[in-house]
Amino acid sequence: MRFAFSDQQLEFRDAVRQVLDKECTTDHLRAAYAAPAARTPRWATLADLGVTGLTVPEDHGGLGLDGLDLVLLLEESGRVALPEPLVETTALAAPLLAGAGREHADAWLAPIAGGGVAAAVGIGPGVTAGIAGAQGADLFLLEATGADGTELHAVPASDVAAEPVPSLDPTRRLATVRWDPRPDTVVASGEDARSAADAVRARAAVATAAQLLGLADRMITLAADYARERTQFGRPIGSFQAVKHLLAGAQVQLEFARPVVYGAAWAGARDAPGAARLASMAKATASDAATEAARVSLQVHGAIGYTWECDLHLFLKRAWALAAAWGDAGHHRSLVLGSLVEDRA
Amino acid sequence: MDLRFTDDQEAFRSEARSWLEANAPPPRSLPSLDTAEGFEAHRAWEQRMYDDRWSVVNWPEEFGGRGVGIVEWLIFEEEYWRVQAPLRVSQNGVFLLAPTLFEFGTDEQKRRFLPPMASGAQIWCQGWSEPDAGSDLAGIRSRAERAPGDDGWLLTGQKTWASRGAFAEWCFGLFRTDPAAERHRGLTYFLLAMDSPGVTVRPIPQIDGETGFAELFFDNVFVPDDQVLGQVGSGWSVAMATAGSERGLSLRSPARYTEAASRLVDLYAEHATTDPAAAARSADAVARAVIDAEAYRLATLWTATRVLEGGSVGPEASANKIHWSETDLSIHRAALALLGPGAEHHGDGTDNPWLDGFLFALAGPIYAGTNEIQRNVVAERMLGLPRG
Repeated sequence: MRFAFSDQQLEFRDAVRQVLDKECTTDHLRAAYAAPAARTPRWATLADLGVTGLTVPEDHGGLGLDGLDLVLLLEESGRVALPEPLVETTALAAPLLAGAGREHADAWLAPIAGGGVAAAVGIGPGVTAGIAGAQGADLFLLEATGADGTELHAVPASDVAAEPVPSLDPTRRLATVRWDPRPDTVVASGEDARSAADAVRARAAVATAAQLLGLADRMITLAADYARERTQFGRPIGSFQAVKHLLAGAQVQLEFARPVVYGAAWAGARDAPGAARLASMAKATASDAATEAARVSLQVHGAIGYTWECDLHLFLKRAWALAAAWGDAGHHRSLVLGSLVEDRA
Repeated sequence: MDLRFTDDQEAFRSEARSWLEANAPPPRSLPSLDTAEGFEAHRAWEQRMYDDRWSVVNWPEEFGGRGVGIVEWLIFEEEYWRVQAPLRVSQNGVFLLAPTLFEFGTDEQKRRFLPPMASGAQIWCQGWSEPDAGSDLAGIRSRAERAPGDDGWLLTGQKTWASRGAFAEWCFGLFRTDPAAERHRGLTYFLLAMDSPGVTVRPIPQIDGETGFAELFFDNVFVPDDQVLGQVGSGWSVAMATAGSERGLSLRSPARYTEAASRLVDLYAEHATTDPAAAARSADAVARAVIDAEAYRLATLWTATRVLEGGSVGPEASANKIHWSETDLSIHRAALALLGPGAEHHGDGTDNPWLDGFLFALAGPIYAGTNEIQRNVVAERMLGLPRG
């Protein structure tokens, strides 16, 4: 038993953090609000670092690593509210395509590693309300019902009509899609498609949970920084217990969500028993931790936190969206309890 | 990263499981440890474990342990709670004082105190809180003065909320040895026999009517110099090591909660058949409690790895204490909600472990430093907020 990351994983995390601190500032986020885009110079930088192709097999030009190697990078991407589709492309599309037929892998994996493809994934809960990252995506992974039941398709943007859906966070680039399933885009069907879709949902839960950890950490940090500077009654407001206890409560929730997300990433990468249940636990705890961090950090900021000028809202909006995406906390808690009861029957 | 246990660890688990299944009394078969009769029954169980070297598995062999590591201890705890073995009457000693003795005790103190602690021959209570010093522990006024023969100290004052204090043989306590010093610096940590002349014990019935804790009165109680733990005047830092054990890794192993959570799911599954409406109302709370317990298990493995690799546990112990105490409450609240009107059944031969567990859990956010104090620690030491 060793529950810790390797030095290599931590060094990769540090390197990506350093780049994102420079390349994904709140000024960059504000620019992205004005002109949301799927692929940006920052996405190219991430590709150069090996991040977009982290889960792409080496013979397709990627690093050939897995969801455990990715989880810390996803947490970093959450900390800066990265607008580009790292979850969809690297956590979901690449592993699905790597397990699909040769022609799909050949068509998509090398471009993903090279930074030339941004994916959107319409599989799983909530997609009828809009698919994240669909505006401007190059590749769509979509679910359809065919002769053998469930089918998963890898569809190029040219075959998809995307209808934008406005979001409070424009960088979500939501859209509903219309498309006609064609035999040549099928990547899995029948039982294979059902298990592949389950795998997508579990990976999405863990990957989104990891981003929520980073978001929660960022919001708590912003609020703690503010509470040290802001003075009322002649003292920093952070010296008042009422303020301390708000932030401490959020911090404790975050501290206990983190090992669940890391444990779920390990279990998913190793296909360990109970991996799907742990993925749901991860999404439930991280969604709650980020939602609480959002509530508390806004309250600690007071009125300034309610303004467009203050950076806080950039993180609040992403946290709310991701807490609801891929099944909210209540949805995943009901999955957890359902699976536990089923195991007893 | 690898969350699986090694083959050796799984072999250790099998050995522990076999022994516990063969030797542990049936669940809840002993009288409450907060009664005189129950105290002795639990002491006998400690002796039984000690005889086969299961009472303190992670201690060195010379003191009665098996010399295994923290991961094996966590595995032992999983097996212990799985069979619902008795509550540990020796817990103040083996889980709180022992780690502090290993860190600060002299060789002579370790040889003298650890084996009888491990066998249950000497049960320890904690003499820290006073009527006017609870959350503000550094405000204690009980004092120690040099004895006339200059070979020890004379202790005077009053302690309260001493768990196991009604029946314990020994006490570890904090006393003020230098009234002139800054209040954290004038304290000293003493080990004293409860049958010393001048000690008076007044048991306090708890919320369930049983005498789980006591007030202790000290009237010129002589304590020899070799029963000072750590340096004279360094009692605060020694005490904080004990508090770290109390809030951090050693007092509350995750198995206590994962096992209770598992029984909560059993209870939920029964109600899903017999009273589906009650089950539906409680489903989300049950799932939350189960996830909180699993989060605690994983967080403990995370911390254990850090400690094994040379790291230490700092203010995270305060976050930990908040989490385990609230998890215990959320598990038991969910169970009582499922039981509905039957939840209040108690006493006279009624077996309602969920209510007993709830009453026990209620104390969690209070003892070991209230959760409000722990939130201050988290805010100041993890988030860098200014002291108030």
